[in-house]
Amino acid sequence: MPAVQETVDQVRSIDVDQYKYGFVTDIESEKAPKGLSEDIVRFISEKKSEPAWMLEWRLSAYRRWLTMREPTWARVDYPKIDYQDIYYYAAPKKKDGPKSLDEVDPEILETYNKLGIPLREQEILAGVERGDGSRTRVAVDAVFDSVSVATTFQAELKKAGVIFMPISQALREHPELVRQYLGSVVPVTDNFFATLNSAVFSDGSFVYVPPGVRCPMELSTYFRINEKNTGQFERTLIIADKGAYVSYLEGCTAPMRDENQLHAAVVELIALDDAEIKYSTVQNWYPGDSQGRGGIYNFVTKRGDCRGDRAKISWTQVETGSAITWKYPSCILRGDNSQGEFYSIAISNGHQQVDSGTKMIHLGKNTSSRIISKGIAAAHSQNTYRGLVSAHRKATGARNFTNCDSLLIGNKCGAHTVPYIEAKNSSTVFEHEATTSKISDQMLFYCRQRGMSAEEAVALVVNGFVKDVLQQLPMEFAVEAQKLISISLEGSVG
Amino acid sequence: MTRAHAGAANALMKRDNTMSLLEIKNLHAEVDGKPILNGLNLTVEKGQVAAIMGPNGSGKSTLAYVLAGRPEYEVTAGDILLDGESLLELEPDARAAKGVFLAFQYPMEIPGVATMTFLRTALNAQRKARGETDLSTPEFLKRVREAASRLGIDQEMLRRGVNVGFSGGEKKRNEILQMAMLEPRLAVLDETDSGLDIDALKIVADGVNRLRSPERGMIVITHYQRLLNYIVPDVVHVLSKGRVVKSGGKELALELEARGYAEYQSEAA
Repeated sequence: MPAVQETVDQVRSIDVDQYKYGFVTDIESEKAPKGLSEDIVRFISEKKSEPAWMLEWRLSAYRRWLTMREPTWARVDYPKIDYQDIYYYAAPKKKDGPKSLDEVDPEILETYNKLGIPLREQEILAGVERGDGSRTRVAVDAVFDSVSVATTFQAELKKAGVIFMPISQALREHPELVRQYLGSVVPVTDNFFATLNSAVFSDGSFVYVPPGVRCPMELSTYFRINEKNTGQFERTLIIADKGAYVSYLEGCTAPMRDENQLHAAVVELIALDDAEIKYSTVQNWYPGDSQGRGGIYNFVTKRGDCRGDRAKISWTQVETGSAITWKYPSCILRGDNSQGEFYSIAISNGHQQVDSGTKMIHLGKNTSSRIISKGIAAAHSQNTYRGLVSAHRKATGARNFTNCDSLLIGNKCGAHTVPYIEAKNSSTVFEHEATTSKISDQMLFYCRQRGMSAEEAVALVVNGFVKDVLQQLPMEFAVEAQKLISISLEGSVG
Repeated sequence: MTRAHAGAANALMKRDNTMSLLEIKNLHAEVDGKPILNGLNLTVEKGQVAAIMGPNGSGKSTLAYVLAGRPEYEVTAGDILLDGESLLELEPDARAAKGVFLAFQYPMEIPGVATMTFLRTALNAQRKARGETDLSTPEFLKRVREAASRLGIDQEMLRRGVNVGFSGGEKKRNEILQMAMLEPRLAVLDETDSGLDIDALKIVADGVNRLRSPERGMIVITHYQRLLNYIVPDVVHVLSKGRVVKSGGKELALELEARGYAEYQSEAA
């Protein structure tokens, strides 16, 4: 069915220049010299006062990386990245690390305020009001360029035995834990971008929840790239010990710049027996302008390991930003009866290219996984779901349910689904459903006949389309995500 | 009398009370360059229920879509006046806010959007366009529940996605529910009887009859006379080749039922 002229015009007028987080914070920063070498790796390690084994770990990653090639299998197209033209370390200038929020540069506090992320604990205490009138609290780790600038509620979390701190601090204070788990899910040699990250990562969050503890509040990290020509390479490591539970949220933004910026993060999750980790992302990196200039290249490796029996790991992501997204949050279902989940909303507009999906690797017996992916493509964007579901020979009774839906707005965009399914034993049950639909002109007309503007109609239809996934987000994020979705598609109509 | 009727009545005092609700003058319209309406003239008075009958392809549904402003339908000549104001330059949502409602022959399904949410979004969008404030949640819920129960629509259905998994009868009832909530000035019912069994037809007709009012006009488009046993029209117009070729009282419908459309098909050729 041909797109109604109106819809086509609406889509043409999509204005991705409306990015609301594109401001730059004017702050003096300390940078390592441009480019990558063993010296830079040593510089970063030294800046962080890391133990010697950590430096060796980084150097082995760096040496390995030199032998690797950038992957080309994804359905994304971008000019060659000059890895020597990037700053690998940038930190707001300061004397020592801030001991409390009062010592954090007010410019930085203001930046997070503008982003709607209050770092002052009393403000956070006010929190988001829930439907039942109670208020929720969220502990925040704020990462600004290469370093963590503030982590809230550390004391209260400590009381519960939960460790939540910048990974650079964890390397100093809990080296044994970091050493035991770092790289155990995403090995140093895993892939080009993960190996690069292993060599140069500068900060990120570390979480350890001890056996039987239910983390008393949501944990959250907000990543902000501010500096020009700077890559952000954060590393997140979350461990839920036996019977523990933690819910973790991640948000990302960056200023509007004409040049592309590289973001290559690694996230590792480890869930031991009966533990559960819920990891939610609202990714809103700068997507580039309507002509496709600028924007973040987002090459991220996220993987969770259900290392114990009955462990559960759940990924929920709302992806609206980045010029290029290359990201496959995965679950290794090693423990018997362990469960993996992946809920995703990926919206592409302008000239954005998204190649995202998940891997569910069933190794243990009676493991189960569930994938719900909703891709929405508008304007000239390309949106690909790429997923792998595999069952090992010994993973008897493995089950997977996959549902991939794509929604197209206009007729210049593309949606693609690339599922890989492998079952190596006969007791496996894998189900796969996929649909592609368009916001049809009839549907829009129906809504408009009832009095909605074209913009309201698209927002309504899209919200209906993504509802199954939005429901998976913690409430305070769901509201934010819903707003983000309408902002991302703003101007796609009307 | 409901609030909206009182409001409409107040608004009317400013209008010329002798003015027709709807006036269609020499309307020509085409789809994909193919002319469908060829100089159609039609007037609907306030409080009037006008039946439009005619053979397949005579332009009945086109008329409904053109009134509502569907973008694929191009008006090439003539005018449509609602309360004396031309609708032609108005977007579909602006026409809706002016009080034009179309009960679709094939209502759309909108997965994931609860009927309740849909209704509320639509109602508040119209109120906003008219410079009114949003309806409060309790008031909205009260009105929906009342309207739904009169149509035999249960609460569970209101929570389901709009028309998703609804039977033909449920979809049509849902259209009438929307009409009841939106309280239009002009309601156009496009083949509302199609696909309904006799029980469903009675419920729908009953719902429509309840919405008859001295300030509201209705155009009931149907191929068969059957519906008009339940929604008794004040006038019947016969459409052929995109024009009104005959008008009469309700007995005209019975005549058509007995004799068929053959004479109109040849007459207008």
